[in-house]
Amino acid sequence: MKRLWITLTWLVFSILILIPLVVLATGAFGEGTSGFIKALARPEALHALKMTGLIVLVVTLLNGLFGIMMGIYLVRATWLSRRLRQLFNSIVDLPYAVSPVIGGLMIVLLLGPDTIVGAFFEQIGFKVVYAFPGMVIATLFVTFPLMVREVMPVLQELGTDQEQAASTLGAYSWRTFWQVTWPSIRWAVIYGTILTVARSLGEFGAVLVVSGNIINKTQTATTLVYQDMENFNVTAANGVALVLAVFSIGLLLLMERAKKRKEVH
Amino acid sequence: MHIEVRNLDKHFGQFHAVKDVSFSIEKGHLIGLLGPSGGGKTSILRMLAGLETPDSGDIVFHGQRVNNLPPQEREIGFVFQNYALFKHMTVFENIAFGLKVKKLKKPAIRERVQELVELTGLSGFENRYPHQLSGGQRQRVAFARALAPEPQLLLLDEPFAAIDAKIRQELRTWLRELIERVGITSIFVTHDQDEAIEVADEIMIINGGRVEQKGTPWDIYKQPSTPFVASFIGESTIIEDVNRLKGFENSSQASRALIRPEYIEIGHAGEFRLLSATEKGTVRHLHFRGSQWMVEVEVGASRLITYRSLEKETLEVGQEVHVLVHRAYLFNEEESWIAENALKADNVSMFI
Ligand SMILES: Nc1ncnc2c1ncn2[C@@H]1O[C@H](COP(=O)(O)OP(=O)(O)O)[C@@H](O)[C@H]1O
Ligand SMILES: [Mg+2]
Repeated sequence: MKRLWITLTWLVFSILILIPLVVLATGAFGEGTSGFIKALARPEALHALKMTGLIVLVVTLLNGLFGIMMGIYLVRATWLSRRLRQLFNSIVDLPYAVSPVIGGLMIVLLLGPDTIVGAFFEQIGFKVVYAFPGMVIATLFVTFPLMVREVMPVLQELGTDQEQAASTLGAYSWRTFWQVTWPSIRWAVIYGTILTVARSLGEFGAVLVVSGNIINKTQTATTLVYQDMENFNVTAANGVALVLAVFSIGLLLLMERAKKRKEVH
Repeated sequence: MHIEVRNLDKHFGQFHAVKDVSFSIEKGHLIGLLGPSGGGKTSILRMLAGLETPDSGDIVFHGQRVNNLPPQEREIGFVFQNYALFKHMTVFENIAFGLKVKKLKKPAIRERVQELVELTGLSGFENRYPHQLSGGQRQRVAFARALAPEPQLLLLDEPFAAIDAKIRQELRTWLRELIERVGITSIFVTHDQDEAIEVADEIMIINGGRVEQKGTPWDIYKQPSTPFVASFIGESTIIEDVNRLKGFENSSQASRALIRPEYIEIGHAGEFRLLSATEKGTVRHLHFRGSQWMVEVEVGASRLITYRSLEKETLEVGQEVHVLVHRAYLFNEEESWIAENALKADNVSMFI
């Protein structure tokens, strides 16, 4: 019985993940290694990968910072009324419930060039929608719960006892955070970071809507794959997609190792 | 450090947790806050530490009002009920934390930690993590960590609550001696009266957010100032109509009386000098209590509890005995006082 389940699990696993990956790889190398390299060396491909890299970097940093802060507020801010905290708590989960495309659309509707806020930013020379900032905001929207939801349970379990002990020993909040709180939430932050990187690497819908998918300007790796497919440039699409897939799998393996190390620790 | 607290008040939402609490503590004294759970002991301690802000009232350390000082500046050591050790730091790092904050030099830190490790009997455990220690050892680490920066006031919240009974006894003695040696003003919270009586110079009984009484353990035992204190300290039985008891017939204003086992003597007629002051009773139950008998005796409508030495002749259930009530703690809605057995006093004066 147990054997059957294991076999079944592997079967599903390979159908869902391994087979597409193999297809992706054979597609990418369909015209040999040179075809793969050519696909990636296109200026629009290099630009799109750079764009994705930048978004991942900025989003991960911002999400790390705000995610940890939000987690701390939601767990610790007892001076906020319980209602208010519950409201914030639900808002954090909003991106799980709302389709990324809708999320992107909301950002366009709120910050687009036709809105008051958007027009204001445009006037001071800061384009939000159809530009890098909008794409960062869109990706941030999609990835926001990842960090908060990793950090919150750990903070909840940690409580404030150790921090209060630190304060009676003379330590102020900066030192207390780095020497007492941080070591306890570190692993949660590492998971959250890995999840955020993986998610922002693959984000498509929200970014597509917000960026306008302008080649060599606001195109990311995923939206480039989409465009290549539209243009029946299958080899190129497979090539870029393979790069993304390899990164994602690498991240998952990293996460597994991180978990093991934590258990040993 | 001399501690003075005046009219301290604290609400948690609608709940009035600490009500107009005032007291003062002499430098170097060890004070026990004793009272039932939920009485407000921890809240008082936390306000002294600056971890909780009082609604009103003054906290004065050494003549200086410290209400507005954050915990970091109050020079207190706090031993938390669950110890709150830094779980990712070793014993050494835990104890050294407060010293690093004070920016002591490395060799000085090492020396001070070493000193405390020896003082608390933790030698050889410096590199262990808290989860590798027993409850008693963790307690000692918490203690050493609190003492390391040389605080002026040591606050201990139920320091032995999580430790099993046998080691608790040992730790109490150890704590008492250690605090005496260090000479630091200390307040410790407990709901265990034996612990308070054994360890503290002075006890404050806290109930329902108020200080019911403050005094030495002996004073509180001898002269409880409220019925709550009388019933909380020591063992006792409450008697509804004390006027029916021999020797207390004239206690007219009293509605009720509290009688401790040690106020009662029980035995055969021949064992009493003043037989006229005794009451007749019937033995209802006998419980063997290791070093003595606990006897339940029925006198009139009331049941009294007392102890009887194993050296004396063993009583039997159903046996008729004489009961002498030496004194009773009488109280009604307004006041309370201690009354001696009137017949006993009269007879003594007659003999003289
Ligand atoms: N942070 C808090 N929020 C709400 N109620 C509290 C808080 N801290 C204590 N209380 C309440 O105040 C009362 C006194 O608590 P505490 O000081 O912990 O008593 P003790 O230490 O004597 O058991 C309790 O009824 C408790 O529920
Ligand atoms: Mg308590």
